Amino acid sequence: MSTEKSRLMKAWEWHEQRLPIGSFLDHSLGSKYPAPKNLNYWWNFGSLALFMLVTMIITGVFLAMNYTAHVTLAFNSVERIMRDVNNGWLIRYMHSNGASFFFIVVYIHIFRGLYYGSYKPPREVLWWMGVVIYLLMMATAFMGYVLPWGQMSFWGATVITNLFSAIPGVGDAIVTLLWGGFSVDNPTLNRFFALHYLLPFVIVGVVFIHIWALHVPGSNNPLGIDAAPADKIPFFPYYVAKDVFGLGVFLMVYFAVVFWAPNMMGDPLNYVPANPMVTPPHIVPEWYYLPFYAILRAIPDKLLGVVAMFGSILILFVLPWLDRHPVRSASFRPIFRIFFWIFLANGLMLGWCGAQLAEGLPLILSRIGTFWYFFHFIVLLPLLSWIETPKPLPASISQPVLSPAE
Amino acid sequence: MRKIVLAAAAAFILTAPAFAAEEVKPMEREWHFNGMLGKFDKQQLQRGFQVYKEVCASCHSLNYISFRNLEDIGYSEDQVKVIAAEYQVTDGPDENGDMFQRPARPSDHIPHPFANDQLARASNGGALPPDLSLMTKAREDGPNYVYSLMLGYKEAPNGFELNPGMSYNAFFPGHQIAMPQQITDDRVTYADGTKASAEQIATDVVAFLHWTAEPKLEVRHATGVRVLLFAFLFTVLAYLYKRRLWARLGKH
Ligand code: HEC
Ligand code: HEM
Repeated sequence: MSTEKSRLMKAWEWHEQRLPIGSFLDHSLGSKYPAPKNLNYWWNFGSLALFMLVTMIITGVFLAMNYTAHVTLAFNSVERIMRDVNNGWLIRYMHSNGASFFFIVVYIHIFRGLYYGSYKPPREVLWWMGVVIYLLMMATAFMGYVLPWGQMSFWGATVITNLFSAIPGVGDAIVTLLWGGFSVDNPTLNRFFALHYLLPFVIVGVVFIHIWALHVPGSNNPLGIDAAPADKIPFFPYYVAKDVFGLGVFLMVYFAVVFWAPNMMGDPLNYVPANPMVTPPHIVPEWYYLPFYAILRAIPDKLLGVVAMFGSILILFVLPWLDRHPVRSASFRPIFRIFFWIFLANGLMLGWCGAQLAEGLPLILSRIGTFWYFFHFIVLLPLLSWIETPKPLPASISQPVLSPAE
Repeated sequence: MRKIVLAAAAAFILTAPAFAAEEVKPMEREWHFNGMLGKFDKQQLQRGFQVYKEVCASCHSLNYISFRNLEDIGYSEDQVKVIAAEYQVTDGPDENGDMFQRPARPSDHIPHPFANDQLARASNGGALPPDLSLMTKAREDGPNYVYSLMLGYKEAPNGFELNPGMSYNAFFPGHQIAMPQQITDDRVTYADGTKASAEQIATDVVAFLHWTAEPKLEVRHATGVRVLLFAFLFTVLAYLYKRRLWARLGKH
């Protein structure tokens, strides 16, 4: 028995010397990766995002085995998955609700970064990779939503692809390229399926770079100060255990929706097969795009609207240079903290506006909200970098704040 | 074509529809199939199927349902064969190359009432009776909405301009519907002897349509309870383990 075991160990070591996969994992997410000891539960959402990415890929591959990307068959093939494929309903509901939960998790993850200043030096590249992942997710989910070829699939695709026609000069050519013809039709569905299959794997690649970039400076923490080696604990087992517990809590919420309200976050009209001759009275994108949809519609000029919409995300790339305040964590920046919450509330309000018809009060609110969104980034953050006096910082994670009297 | 789509899309982005009909909240009903452990009442589904067959089937298809699916609502294999055999379907070609009619088999889909959409429209004053298989999921608050729609026929209020051939319905968006009132007291005589009030008929047909829309609802609920129980135990254990582990670190 014991010789058996040591033989196994020997084989493992033989392999490790040639491909050190165990040591690689141990350094990445194991006992050789030190993390600050004071991370709170908002730090759980990175591992949850990774979990959702894997879930989406696994359920997606099984859906793809039974899905048919053709305008006359797509809707029916999804219904076949729901009715006749073994556990197809479960896979499909996990995938369609999984997209929503993936976004919930990633939004919390992003706002965590905004609050604790995780985008500041030395984590700018890490932050960039996050924004790239977010953009890829938006593209992936948009194309995925087209696949079941319901009414919202078709009309959402029509409205969103048309946005590109606002680009001067090349706009129409881009739209024709996206469509593969002169309207949203079978070629569009085919290329969207191909890209929807591809992009998640591109995301996996960027996630690798994201984590690589994380490992250079290590995790930020709720105090936002650099963690001394003495204030770090190994990722395994401490944070693995904490992440597994967080995963359990998350799964309860996710499964509650999958099993009892699987259509809550979807538009009923997507259970009506796509019909190019019937325009729905109210075209709304999925909830995770709503704030940006509101920004788009807040601006009366089509081109400027498109620029504002894309700009509202792209501006995140330069955030580290807009907010140059040396203190990272909002806990020590009382003024910034107030504006952080206003910014979050403003984003939620924009989301609400995006779901309404663009008229009357919602239109006025979305204009105010759009103004505030850019005002926050372009005016407030640079200004606060100059004038805000932070509260005294603790000398280290384990030491209490030095009070001025001492 | 492209210009039209472009213009339509642009119009939607920029002006957004001003013509969305005002919304009427449907009547609320208790449904057997709601709740943590909600199930279908098979007796009720069979009554609902009878209503569909005797009332709705002359206009509405049920594309996603085959006769064999009816075993799920409590019919035996033999009963399903008998039900299927009441319908004629086109099959073929035979060895002479001709199409022929034969009685339906359990594996056949429930036949469409009209040969094509044009014929369906021509028979319904230009309006297309939609497929009902997914109806309760294809409308906001579907089961309550369809129930309300079925019972929502009224005299048009004074001054309301009703187009010829249309009926007034309190719950239909815009209130003009091309489907005439279908459900009245004793519109069907139930095989199981249940008293066929209009409310009863509407309830039964909606329950049936919710089954056609969501046939896996019962296993979904049952699986959900088991999965959630498992997730709960998993979480408790993970929490206890995490707490013990972190206790080693002292304060944290
Ligand atoms: C005489 C033909 C006819 C019969 C019988 C009939 N319907 Fe309809 N139904 C229609 C037509 C036509 C429409 C389309 C109405 C419109 O768009 O104005 C329709 C529409 C509907 C709608 C969709 C309403 C919406 O929100 O778009 C539902 C639900 C419906 N019918 C249910 C039923 C049920 C349930 C029965 C059986 C109890 C039934 N119908 C029987 C002709 C019929
Ligand atoms: C980043 C990860 C992913 C996201 C955010 C995502 C998102 C979505 C969304 C929103 C839908 C529409 C769901 C619906 O309303 O029915 C969808 C459908 C689909 N996805 Fe994905 N997806 C991801 C990964 C994948 C992968 C990796 C595959 C295949 C390998 C895949 C295959 C499919 C298929 C076949 C459908 C159509 C079936 C259906 O609509 O249920 N997805 N996806």
